[in-house]
Amino acid sequence: MVASTVAPTVSARPQRPRSRSWLRLVILLAIVTVVLYPLIWMVGTSFKSQQEIVNNIGLLPEKFTPGNYTNGWGNFDVSFGRFFLNSAMVSLLTVVGNAVSCLLAAYAFARLRFRLRKVWFAVMIGTLLLPSHVLIVPQYILFRSFGLVGGDWPYLPLLIPQFLATEAFFVFLMVQFMRSIPRELDEAARIDGAGPFGIFRHVILPLSRPALVTTAIFSFIWTWNEFFRQLVFLSNLSDYTVPVALTLFIDSTSQSAVGPMFAMAVLSLLPVFVFFVAFQRMLVEGINTSGLKG
Amino acid sequence: MALTTAPDPTRRGTGSVRPPAPRGRIGRIRHGEGLAGYVFLSPWLIGLLAITAIPMLLSLYLSFTNYDILTPWSEVEWVGLANYERMFTNDPSWWHSVRVTLSFALIAVPLKLAAALGVALLLNRAWRGVGLFRGLFYLPSLLGGSVALAIVWVNMFNREGAFNSFLALFGIEGKPWVNDPDWALETLMVLAIWQFGAPMVIFLAGLKQVPTELYEAASVDGASKFRQFVNVTLPMLSPVIFFNLVLETINGFQGFTAAFVLSNGTGGPVDSTLMYTLNLYITGFTELQMGYASAMAWVFLIAIALITAVFFSTGRFWVHYSDGEDR
Repeated sequence: MVASTVAPTVSARPQRPRSRSWLRLVILLAIVTVVLYPLIWMVGTSFKSQQEIVNNIGLLPEKFTPGNYTNGWGNFDVSFGRFFLNSAMVSLLTVVGNAVSCLLAAYAFARLRFRLRKVWFAVMIGTLLLPSHVLIVPQYILFRSFGLVGGDWPYLPLLIPQFLATEAFFVFLMVQFMRSIPRELDEAARIDGAGPFGIFRHVILPLSRPALVTTAIFSFIWTWNEFFRQLVFLSNLSDYTVPVALTLFIDSTSQSAVGPMFAMAVLSLLPVFVFFVAFQRMLVEGINTSGLKG
Repeated sequence: MALTTAPDPTRRGTGSVRPPAPRGRIGRIRHGEGLAGYVFLSPWLIGLLAITAIPMLLSLYLSFTNYDILTPWSEVEWVGLANYERMFTNDPSWWHSVRVTLSFALIAVPLKLAAALGVALLLNRAWRGVGLFRGLFYLPSLLGGSVALAIVWVNMFNREGAFNSFLALFGIEGKPWVNDPDWALETLMVLAIWQFGAPMVIFLAGLKQVPTELYEAASVDGASKFRQFVNVTLPMLSPVIFFNLVLETINGFQGFTAAFVLSNGTGGPVDSTLMYTLNLYITGFTELQMGYASAMAWVFLIAIALITAVFFSTGRFWVHYSDGEDR
């Protein structure tokens, strides 16, 4: 009696999940289609001729037209190569600035004891929630009054904050990471005669590499995609970064610019795609352990 | 938590011995460490002062003036509360931008979180290929705030865009969504929801923390899948829901890039996409009313602080921490 009642449930069990996993896969594939459609359409459109952009409903072009890329590249008085160089420089220097300054601050917060440490830490957490829009007007006025807006090196207003650990998020991330490094290592180094600087140099710095890499990757992607501050602080065409330059296409209302605009949009997302493909697992892990946003 | 505090009574006997140890650790600053602390902290401290604190004070001061960057400082006029008065009583476009931002956040954020949770539930089981799906769903979030993506999005919802081509397959005639004041903001909402990947990944991490014994116990009690979701998953997940809700709401309020691209920086069509931050940008940097823009920024800051405070004070009624501690 017992056996007969158990038997059906046992045999039913493996069946139900199997049929449901089928359904699950179908739903997921449908969502993937929705998620990827705009991206594939973007790439497809960038290879369509003007005629095709209007007429061809399909995702992919009937005839590949690479001309959009050459046209877009030289569409303005300044070539897109210059815009890419500008963006690359701003992004790479931001990576350096964030990595160095946030690491120093994080070490102080995570490992050193000094007066008012908890107060400063609370202030740092508080700045996490501070929207950049609140500070942009006075920052603009200050940087302008020092002659740094549109000056000889117009990127200083974008870079100075990054070298001063104002990206509280990365400080927080690194503090969390450093707290997981065993304190016994500090003690051992101290017994060997190392001071705070020695411990930083020989214990914390080498062990913080994963946190540094995460910071570097997100710092690069965010700066590459960043728009608001670059829009406010860059005023000369030749200083424009890629996001600001892309808005030039919107200004030129002529429909003929759609193809070149898509071509440049695709190119501008390439570095992020490369990072995504190379670090996909890490990006996803990074976000779920820390709540990083895309 | 209850388990780890269990041995406490035995320690209580030596309680008089215990306190000095932590007090000593906090009180004794090792030789040179206090100085080193400030040396390592100095870039951050300078940044706090020069990039955050001084600009904040300056912005507070400017909010009581008619500063416009073109007139010299000596001629800047102190106007008292006039900027704030104008904002609340005599600026329909400000009220309009508040409404636009609120409706954007109220609709897009819950839908985005629902999508994120739904997909997370679908992915919450180990099988081959789950990592690939997770990565692909996360990709839009990564491209999220970029101008390039906003451009693509706007064109997709144009008259000749991909969305209307899709509707045409079903014989539905589309419209130029982004040029229609009734639909422009909705296309931006769809863009925001499409980027559900980031909260999804956080939900996935949260789902992994739910002990499977709870589901086993619930199914032994005969609870349906739906009941298990309502009575086990949701309460156990509430801290993560809370975290995502606060973060996405604040993000939602700050939406700028897509609204700027859609309207070429004007907030159109007919102000339908005039998000608060876009309005602030136009006021400060197009119309050069920097005093007024500063007042707008302060109201924005206070609003975000208030909303966060409301979240945290109501959170204790529905956010459940499994260790029984109130955060």
